[in-house]
Amino acid sequence: MKVSSLTWKIGGEAGYGIMTTGLIFSRVFARKGYHVIDNVEYPSLIRGGHNTYVSRINAEQFYSVNKDIDILVALNEETVKLHQEEMSYGGYIICDGDKYDLVKIGQARKDINYIMVPFSRITAQINAPSVMINNVALGATIGLIDFELEVLKGIVREIFGKKGKSIIEMNIKSLESGYRYVKDHLKTKAFELDIVKPSPRLLLSGNDAVFLAAVRAGCKFYAAYPMTPSSSILHSFASAGDEYNIVTKHAEDEIAVINMAIGASFAGARSMAATSGGGFSLMNEGLGCAAMTETPLVIVLSQRPAPATGLPTWSEQGDMLFAIHSSHGEFLRVVMAPGDPEECFFMTGKAFNIADEFQIPVIILLDKYLSESHFSCDRFDFKKISVDRGRLVKDDRQIKGEYLRYENTPDGISPRAVPGLKKGIHIANSDEHDQYGYSEDDSHNRKAMTDKRFIKIKKLVDRIPPPKKYGPAIADITIWSWGSCKGPILEAMKILNQKEKRVNMVHFSYLYPFDNEITEKYLAESSRNVIVENNKTSQLSRLIRMNTGQRIGNRILKYSGRQFLPEEIINGIERIE
Amino acid sequence: MVDNSSKKLKSEYDLVPGDFNTSRRPTWCTGCGNFGIWNALKKTFVRMSLYPHQVLIVYGIGCSGNGANFLKTYSFHALHGRTLPVATGARLSNHKLTVIAEGGDGDGVGIGGNHFIHTCRRNINITYIMHDNRVYGLTTGQASPTSDRGFKTRSTPDGVLENPVEPLTLALASGATFVARGFSGDVNHLTDIFQKAIKHRGFSFIDVLQPCVTFNKQNTYDFYRQGIYKLEEEKNYNCGNIEMAFRKSLEVGRLPVGVFYQTDKPIYEDGLKQIERKPLVDHIISEIDISKLLNRYS
Repeated sequence: MKVSSLTWKIGGEAGYGIMTTGLIFSRVFARKGYHVIDNVEYPSLIRGGHNTYVSRINAEQFYSVNKDIDILVALNEETVKLHQEEMSYGGYIICDGDKYDLVKIGQARKDINYIMVPFSRITAQINAPSVMINNVALGATIGLIDFELEVLKGIVREIFGKKGKSIIEMNIKSLESGYRYVKDHLKTKAFELDIVKPSPRLLLSGNDAVFLAAVRAGCKFYAAYPMTPSSSILHSFASAGDEYNIVTKHAEDEIAVINMAIGASFAGARSMAATSGGGFSLMNEGLGCAAMTETPLVIVLSQRPAPATGLPTWSEQGDMLFAIHSSHGEFLRVVMAPGDPEECFFMTGKAFNIADEFQIPVIILLDKYLSESHFSCDRFDFKKISVDRGRLVKDDRQIKGEYLRYENTPDGISPRAVPGLKKGIHIANSDEHDQYGYSEDDSHNRKAMTDKRFIKIKKLVDRIPPPKKYGPAIADITIWSWGSCKGPILEAMKILNQKEKRVNMVHFSYLYPFDNEITEKYLAESSRNVIVENNKTSQLSRLIRMNTGQRIGNRILKYSGRQFLPEEIINGIERIE
Repeated sequence: MVDNSSKKLKSEYDLVPGDFNTSRRPTWCTGCGNFGIWNALKKTFVRMSLYPHQVLIVYGIGCSGNGANFLKTYSFHALHGRTLPVATGARLSNHKLTVIAEGGDGDGVGIGGNHFIHTCRRNINITYIMHDNRVYGLTTGQASPTSDRGFKTRSTPDGVLENPVEPLTLALASGATFVARGFSGDVNHLTDIFQKAIKHRGFSFIDVLQPCVTFNKQNTYDFYRQGIYKLEEEKNYNCGNIEMAFRKSLEVGRLPVGVFYQTDKPIYEDGLKQIERKPLVDHIISEIDISKLLNRYS
């Protein structure tokens, strides 16, 4: 069967290399020029428990994984039982017939195909350890869709390169055996993917994109405490430290993390910290310190279902209003919510410039889906990220006359001298302070300094791009959303707009400062509005109402700990009259 | 870019303690122990030819923290309990700076206790001065983690029910490589200790016994003058011996002052190739090429 798109899923017990296998599968196709999006689902434990990895490949541009699976690789019986209902008509399940033959016990679906590959018998035959059944399965998949085994072998060699020749060869042998088994036992070709122009794409997660941009932007100090789903940023920084002169500090807790990042930034290095909701709760105190001392800071908050420990390895958009209102007192900050890795990349570059220019904290909101799923994209033109350090003073010659760290300038932005300069001695003060930085209780001073810190917003709003409209300018229904919902909505729109419904979307990649003018314009242009977001209380509609007074009553909300699938959005939209 | 060579500067002017005064006069109570620490630090800087711009002091919150306004160096007046992480970040960002953290006993072993333990074991080249007056002064007199058991305060009218933390023992157990105790009533001795601490390569901790003349009527100048003795006058004391240091740190009744322990161990910065050549802050960041990193994802 000729297809342009294919969804593949692998499932099994944790500890069987599901994540590596899935990533290898995705990379094979990204490297050959296909568009790829994947998603990994796993519980918060190391061994046991059920893991899955779904990867969708497409000859054409697309925006989201979808509900129907075309090929399911089941490394254990549980996977067949849990997921055979998700199979598309005519799909294929690759499973170990020696161990669990659902056809025999009459629990199989009649409208799909079961390819029995004796994974364990094959690994035993080639003297490979039983954990390598994932490679047998991977080879079998490539055989099933008659794709290039050489590409797969190349990627496996790269990934296991450091593990020694015998390990690599054993992996390769497992791949070949699985591939050969399917070729020998299957008479017809299951799927034939449309051919694409070979233009290799990047395959990366939102976390990867944030990390790459931070390196480009000259982030020299990164602090973190491990917390899913932000931890891979920590690992990436740790692996790049020597080459790019970046100090990565795994600190004792998130309170130390944010304060270290503040200290490093105060001393003049660009710095960043990443965490999830729980860690961000601890960072709240420090966030205000960055604001009061006017120390630039970039914080990544990758959301997961909460409160408390919540669902550590799953996805939700529950922290938007928390981020916007975080820490005590009133102060200016920027809250961004990139919708895909490309936005993650370029917005992170921008986050460092905004933090430096305005000497304020910038929060980048991600979520588990965006942080850990992989997306293919064209190679980033990283030269588009430029470095602007604002009024940072690194040379005594730049200081004329008396130096005032918190000089009350017309735009509220003061010169920031790097410690070590002879003429720039000052106090960075978490107490309210005067223009020198001395602690000061005076009422006029308090008002003047509060106004000084807030007047920055006049210039800041020019740096904040407005919400963006996708699809037709005028439509029957306008979807309002933010952050990582962008992909599933764009995918749903593609299908909805093929039918009669005309749908467009207003997407917020920047949430605060809020753009009233454009929001009100878009509200005026649309007749029927619907909010789509990954939380229980519809935080975006509250944000819009808070700022514009307008209420959007139609809401498609999902708070099961899973991101949206396009099919769910289509169903929701079709129910709106 | 950041010029820290004191050699060149020496010819510019000779330092006197007054060079470290700001335009603000201290607001501490008459007789407050903070004056002694303030004076000893100024004398230390003069002795060591450390100029105001070469020093960064990170202050906590409390009466000691208000010192940010009275001592002319680069200062970061941090949040309550958060001096050490701020100092750590600053030091890693520019390890040419002389970095000192100052805070009270509540700041250091109460709200900031976790940071204290981890900064000790990190052995980063920072000097930490704990203004230990065994009471919360700025919040008008509540018990602190170093208050004696039974100490009556507004928050403990029937006396403290907990045993006091001994900051020195905690520092030793946490891996600090320089551990000392001073007395704010003996500025010359305190200056000697500060000088040794700043010179020490690694994390140096000084617990300074400091009377709070307003809220602690128990641990007064007289109490300390009668109760302390100098370790350097002990014939057989060896500050390289950690067992002796532990034993001394646990002594009650008469309190030893001086250097309890000093050892030479690799510092945190030694393990960072990233800052071998120059401080992080001195890197030019305008055109960083990430092509090689991007290849990891293709």
